[in-house]
Amino acid sequence: MRRFTELYWRLDGTTRTTEKVAALRDYFAAAPAGDAACALDVLSGGRRLRAVSTTLLRQWAAEAAGIPAWLVEECYAHVGDLAETLALLLPDPPPADAADAAGSVTADVAGVGLGLEECLRTTVEGLRGRDEAAQRLTVERVWRQLAPRERIVWHKLITGGCRVGVSRTLVARALADVAGVEADVMAHRLAGGDVGDAAGFTRLLDPAASPADSRRPYPFFLASGLEGAAGDLGPVATWMAEWKWDGMRAQLVRRGDDVALWSRGEELVNEAFPEIVAAAADLPTGTVLDGELLAARGDELLGFAALSRRSGRRRVPRRLLEEVPCVFVAYDILEHDAADLRGLPLAARRTRLEGLVGVPCTAGRGAAVPGGAPVSSDVPRLLLSPRLDAGSWEALARLRAASRERGVEGLMLKRLDSGYGVGRVRGDWWKWKIEPLEIDAVLLYAQAGHGRRAGLHSDYTLGVWHEGRLVPVAKAYSGLPDTEIVEVDRIVRATTLEKHGPVRVVQPTQVFQLAFEGVAASKRHKAGVAVRFPRIVRWRRDKSPPDAGTLADLRGMLAAVPPEAAP
Amino acid sequence: MGCYHSVGGEGRRKTERPRMPEDLLTLTDAGLYCSRGDFHVDPWRRVSRAVVTHAHADHARPGCGRYLCAAPGMLVLRSRVGGGSPIDSVRYGETRSFNGVEVSLHPAGHVLGSAQVRVSHGGVTWVVTGDYKLEADPTCQAFEPVACDVFVTESTFGLPVYRWRPPAAVAAEIDAWWRENRDAGRTSVLLAYSLGKAQRLAASVDPSIGPIIGHGSVMKMVDAYRASGVRLPAIERVPPRTRRMGDGRALVIAPPNVAASRWLGLFGETSVAMASGWMTLRGVRRRRGFDRGFVVSDHADFPGLLAAVEGSGAKRVLVTHGFTDAFARLLRDRGLDAAELATRFTGEAVPEAAAEGDDPEADAADADAADADAADADAADADRADADPGADAAVGGVAAGADVPLEEPA
Repeated sequence: MRRFTELYWRLDGTTRTTEKVAALRDYFAAAPAGDAACALDVLSGGRRLRAVSTTLLRQWAAEAAGIPAWLVEECYAHVGDLAETLALLLPDPPPADAADAAGSVTADVAGVGLGLEECLRTTVEGLRGRDEAAQRLTVERVWRQLAPRERIVWHKLITGGCRVGVSRTLVARALADVAGVEADVMAHRLAGGDVGDAAGFTRLLDPAASPADSRRPYPFFLASGLEGAAGDLGPVATWMAEWKWDGMRAQLVRRGDDVALWSRGEELVNEAFPEIVAAAADLPTGTVLDGELLAARGDELLGFAALSRRSGRRRVPRRLLEEVPCVFVAYDILEHDAADLRGLPLAARRTRLEGLVGVPCTAGRGAAVPGGAPVSSDVPRLLLSPRLDAGSWEALARLRAASRERGVEGLMLKRLDSGYGVGRVRGDWWKWKIEPLEIDAVLLYAQAGHGRRAGLHSDYTLGVWHEGRLVPVAKAYSGLPDTEIVEVDRIVRATTLEKHGPVRVVQPTQVFQLAFEGVAASKRHKAGVAVRFPRIVRWRRDKSPPDAGTLADLRGMLAAVPPEAAP
Repeated sequence: MGCYHSVGGEGRRKTERPRMPEDLLTLTDAGLYCSRGDFHVDPWRRVSRAVVTHAHADHARPGCGRYLCAAPGMLVLRSRVGGGSPIDSVRYGETRSFNGVEVSLHPAGHVLGSAQVRVSHGGVTWVVTGDYKLEADPTCQAFEPVACDVFVTESTFGLPVYRWRPPAAVAAEIDAWWRENRDAGRTSVLLAYSLGKAQRLAASVDPSIGPIIGHGSVMKMVDAYRASGVRLPAIERVPPRTRRMGDGRALVIAPPNVAASRWLGLFGETSVAMASGWMTLRGVRRRRGFDRGFVVSDHADFPGLLAAVEGSGAKRVLVTHGFTDAFARLLRDRGLDAAELATRFTGEAVPEAAAEGDDPEADAADADAADADAADADAADADRADADPGADAAVGGVAAGADVPLEEPA
């Protein structure tokens, strides 16, 4: 536990990647395999259940600190992190020898001297499901043994919210160093999540190990947003263009008797998409496809909102399977005949892919499907993302301009001679997205942020005009530079009308330019519309609330034609 | 006497104006004012007579007709407000009378010469703390409790998450960090206010580790401290037009606004640490990406504020800046008559308030860029107040509502 706490603070204490990797390397080289496996799970954001209710923790902390409950809430609103708030509020632990002398604390109940694995089992797992009095006894004993910075980590572990600011890539790099293998190899071994126990961790570090796990995906190759002009990318013939589908990235692994469907977050999503898994059984074994999950009925794209009703489910009811049928649109092949193809140029991979998945996806938004085609098992579920052969950048630009009408997000541009890399490598794959929709909206409520933005009001609720009043239409985290966030925070504090916990209602004085990917009718939202992926582009200090947009403007975008598509 | 408190806002909302003709001090649009004695305490406008608790910019403004301060802070105040106006000084505890109103100054432990202002007349005594801390500080006299009926206190760190560790323990942490950097050939840069904290830190670290270098605005105050008789270790200046300084062994003490400036380029590879009470919070430490954060403040922590309130014996407490609403509410919970007071004091600025991109060396005459910031903010405030006659609330009016002060005071 102490070793892990040390790692946590070393990672927290630096912004330099080299130092983070060094901290991870030191930890993994020294920790016993069982602890290391647990730590890896925590670092990868492995979800664990809450062992004890946070409401109870707050009550007990208030009593231990001798302060009223409302003051704990004030502190939480200011600090922005419950684990940290409680850790700071609790009285300092008594000096170790005093505790021993009093004999009141049995040896090491907090498990600080124990390894992480043991500590999780004895204190974290040991709390779950116990009655309140027993939980309280344990928690208070642990509090007496831990210093504030140890308490923070322990609180995060028992409340199931231990997130550490370190990317998969850095973890992979550190483990690669420890194992003496290439970082790409380690990234692949890590893909697909949990290494399990001590034995799993030992296998992970074995320099000679092969990725024996039949379900293991490859690390995803990621595209970057295109900032310059597409024409600057060189001859159009050296590039392949496709639609940028508005769905969920996924990897379909077919090996042995198994099919595994992995999300971009490397979570197994087989249960949420049973029809795709069933269809994939027809693929030859030793095949891995990269592609996009889409909600589509025949040729009609049902949109991202429909798809999100399917994702994240453990079990999909029959009715939902019929209401929101899904397809997998393949755009790359990573493994064929059990051979890793990632080193081949895209053009060669494409040929193999087309040989395997022949039916192109022609779906678009609002394509007429009379009466709604019944869902039957013979509808092809595995489709090919078609290649858009436009012949010139100008022609591609025209296709891109029609994207929103079609229900896609723009174009993907992939260099035909590029291999399939690991992570985000600029230069070979570009997202050429359509320009977002925009509206000027007025700041109505502000809420203090968390983590890096703790204590600063950086989450804004913005509104537009409707019948002489401002109605909230979007909640957006500030995309502003830090200096502007500080300034807005100052204005928020100075113009607060009401406080509801961490949320402040402000006088409507500030206008922000809001960008979003689309507008959908929504019964759940008071305004009757919901905007997709809203974010703040800039602070319009040159504008005042009367200049802001209206609900009618937003409704007009429901069937939006992007400005550049207008003749 | 009721409790006049609200949930933030800048005094734009209508609140009942308290009528307390017997109050010795009232709040005017220039600051805390004693009408019987005709003087202000820490005014934020130019007034004829200012009694000053200490020389930080949010408490001592230039341009007043006449100043009164505690004798140890005389030279520091002079260097801050300039040479134009006469400054009277009194020893701690010595009483002056203004039209029958007794005024005396008592150590506040905040910076050199910082004082609590005791004002007494007709059997009623008020104490205005200015800023204060209870911890020991080798560069100024320790806080002394002063009995009073009405205690006007700050609450910059008035939430129970703020508890300071013993100064010696923090100094040892700083020494360890400096040593580690020195051994790695990296210059240690410690960001701290030019007046007070910089000198306190210089006097607290172990000078045998390596040379100490002071930024220009720090050195101006170092000179004033030394001239006032405070003993400080040797501190090197950065000569004009220096291109490169130090060999990776030094500790550089500089104001926070150099963090984003080219000035740090003088020292080659650096490790940059911020010394502030706000460094208690992980979010604040991470936000600015400092290499280290040391929890050092010249303000009282939460237990310190409570101890000071208790030590004053006052039944009525007015809370001027910081977490005013929460702190006043807690005092009311504990049976005191407590309310917020809408002053323009700002306390210790959270680190992001430091103006980014400012190169303090580019400013002529060694002026603190931070002072300029405070002055701008002040001007903006003044504009607002002028436009809104409701803003000049009397004592007990609506508080400024700033949970975390964002202006740079020093």
